[in-house]
Amino acid sequence: MAAAARVFIRGAHATLSVPGAGKQSSARSALLKLSPGCSSRLKTQQRHAAHFTFQPEPVTTQYGPTQKMNLFQSITSALDNTLASDPTAVIFGEDVAFGGVFRCTVGLRDKYGKDRVFNTPLCEQGIVGFGIGAAVAGATAIAEIQFADYIFPAFDQIVNEAAKYRYRSGNLFDCGNLTIRAPWGCVGHGSLYHSQSPEAFFAHCPGIKIVIPRGPLEAKGLLLSCIADNNPCLFFEPKILYRAAVEQVPVDSYTIPLSQAEVLQEGSDVTLVAWGTQIHVLKEVANMAQEKLGVSCEVIDLRTILPWDTETICKSVVKTGRLLISHEAPVTGGFAAEISSTVQEECFLNLEAPIARVCGYDTPFPHIFEPFYIPDKWKCFEAIKRMINY
Amino acid sequence: MKMVGSEAESTGSARPARCAPGAEDTISPGLITSSDRKKKSTASQLPQRRQLQHWHHVSSQAAHQQQPFDSSLEKPQFPGASAEFVDHLEFIQPNVISGIPVYRVMDRQGNIINASEDPQLSKETVLNFYQKMTLLNTMDRILYESQRQGRISFYMTNYGEEGTHIGSAAALESNDLVFGQYREAGVLMYRGFPLDLFMAQCYANADDLGKGRQMPVHYGSKDLNFVTISSPLATQIPQAVGAAYALKRENMNRAVICYFGEGAASEGDAHAGFNFSATLECPLIFFCRNNGYAISTPTNEQYRGDGIAARGPGYGMLSIRVDGNDVFAVYNATKEARRRAVAENQPFLIEAMTYRIGHHSTSDDSSAYRSVDEVNYWDKQDHPISRLRHYMTARDWWSEDDERSWRKQSRKTVMEAFERAERRLKPNPELLFTDVYEEMTPSLDKQRESMFRHIQQYKEHYPVDLYEK
Repeated sequence: MAAAARVFIRGAHATLSVPGAGKQSSARSALLKLSPGCSSRLKTQQRHAAHFTFQPEPVTTQYGPTQKMNLFQSITSALDNTLASDPTAVIFGEDVAFGGVFRCTVGLRDKYGKDRVFNTPLCEQGIVGFGIGAAVAGATAIAEIQFADYIFPAFDQIVNEAAKYRYRSGNLFDCGNLTIRAPWGCVGHGSLYHSQSPEAFFAHCPGIKIVIPRGPLEAKGLLLSCIADNNPCLFFEPKILYRAAVEQVPVDSYTIPLSQAEVLQEGSDVTLVAWGTQIHVLKEVANMAQEKLGVSCEVIDLRTILPWDTETICKSVVKTGRLLISHEAPVTGGFAAEISSTVQEECFLNLEAPIARVCGYDTPFPHIFEPFYIPDKWKCFEAIKRMINY
Repeated sequence: MKMVGSEAESTGSARPARCAPGAEDTISPGLITSSDRKKKSTASQLPQRRQLQHWHHVSSQAAHQQQPFDSSLEKPQFPGASAEFVDHLEFIQPNVISGIPVYRVMDRQGNIINASEDPQLSKETVLNFYQKMTLLNTMDRILYESQRQGRISFYMTNYGEEGTHIGSAAALESNDLVFGQYREAGVLMYRGFPLDLFMAQCYANADDLGKGRQMPVHYGSKDLNFVTISSPLATQIPQAVGAAYALKRENMNRAVICYFGEGAASEGDAHAGFNFSATLECPLIFFCRNNGYAISTPTNEQYRGDGIAARGPGYGMLSIRVDGNDVFAVYNATKEARRRAVAENQPFLIEAMTYRIGHHSTSDDSSAYRSVDEVNYWDKQDHPISRLRHYMTARDWWSEDDERSWRKQSRKTVMEAFERAERRLKPNPELLFTDVYEEMTPSLDKQRESMFRHIQQYKEHYPVDLYEK
């Protein structure tokens, strides 16, 4: 894996905070003596704001008392509930012991013990293989892969082993107790190896489940469902939302069903489908379409990529006649292709326009070009315009 | 013992403190010396209740416990390794240990070399070893032939390695979990897997526990604690480690054994498994069958170091090399490794040297890459079955008549199972679609219906009559 720093400046649009600023800052500014011609705030150095605005879920009391939590805290809460109620549950991966590079496991080792929350050596194929074996032997195994970009050494274990364990053994053995979590998606400056959305690689693999939440409330419920589910699950966490997304999240356990897409807002003219961070982009696009074009959009969060809820999507497209699917991952072979293909099979005669896919380009995820690469609200808006005028 | 940079507090089981690498090692760190073997590891004080072990809360201070840094000492202070400084440049020669020696109990003629190493098993036990090895051999010959005749699609024999299977299986408890590669059928046979089920899997008939989904020899048995085999090599190695960790937490005195060949040991998964098992302190035995070939690739093209056993010390693991064709050596090593693995929560590496007398599989013709003379040497002059037979005949436990009648009887029982398996129908094609997930999904259900509709319409093109309805 990248021997180069996986150090992360937290938060997509946080200002650059220098640790130990104060008495050292004068020393630091002495280091960085700019020449008179050099302005301290060059145009090329300005940070862009995030490409979306997080839209929190309304407060709900249906699962009991709630607490303000961001995404990583909601993950910690889910893991805390799990370790408290399931004595076989163990959490492992690189750097999880001190709390994890994204703070998802803070406090858990002290609370539950070093045999339950522990570091592994730096080896993703080992982490997943180990997790499979622990699950086979009856433990609830929760593996963390530090970035989804680094999941590929474990591809064989996931696809050839975990996914096929039950089938190939005639149901004598299974690793349904395994859940693999990984930070996922663009973060503003992650570049090739800290921004990937690899769900499409795994969507082609029967036997695993793939789940991607859009915020803290969804994340906790979906993660708890994955952990409870008796099939090996991949749970991708949008890292750009770890601190930026804050909601009121129930303190106790609750589950949100897998393989059920959610209609977030109803509409009559276009169906917009996405998952994870991109949902917040589409919500804004829906508002833009309504204001500027008078177009009514139905926004659907797919939530579970595999097995996916074809019924909800198709029912919506039958109603609206138009479909736009958007994801950060490259367009060719991306999961939008699967949705598009199925929808045209099931809803061909209902379609008023070709299905639009607004996705990343077929390039590796770039660093400095991220603002041009991502499927932002303007690209989605433009695609809606084209569909309406088809 | 100095515990530099590692956690010094004891675990729930009374286990002796482990050395940081480099500190106070013997010259040959990989060898189990006779003094090690005689050293009694403290008997486990594990409670026998079925609850999970709750280890003590660890303060963050204890977790980072190490000697205070002192630059006035002329000793290295690095967190990554201790040991001493040295002021002349010298590269460590590999194999300077002149190769890890091969532990054996019997010579090639079946005579006990050192009486104190004879496990002195009962006649009944030894006869059972012999009968299981020969029954396996008989089954192999019949099933290999059946593939040649087109009755089954594929087969892999175990010729020459029967000693590694039986010796190690006999040294385990029946509820120890076995992860295998594909050439360990004797372990399953020793545990009592019936001939009918071996055949059912090879024929993929309706009696197959695996529901006909995998190629022949991909056996599995939940009752016998033998995890179903998969074709990708070495994938079972890190899995075995995870299972051992879970069993350690369960605290029920169970071990895991993980079999693999010297070729599979080159896979990244093997490195991952070895490293994890040592760092996470897992009660398991890595059992490497070094049989000289990975399909056509001989060992000198597989590795350049001193085999697999020499890698163990690199991971901080106790290791031994044994004569895999000596069933007592395999038995002794496995038995001791198992006892200590569970008592001390650490992994053991056993490299069993043997020879693959047969072809890699029915898809292979090994005369393409090795001489008939080489194969004949092992078949005639150093075979686990004949060595054990000499041990038995020397004690008048087995006669020529016993041999003749046993061979005849075992052939008969294998043939009967074979004929039964042949006649049996294949499983219902519905089983193509189940167990992908625990539950049937809507999408798969639709695909299943679609398949049956199609078969109904085009049934003359599908072998429906061979399958259960």
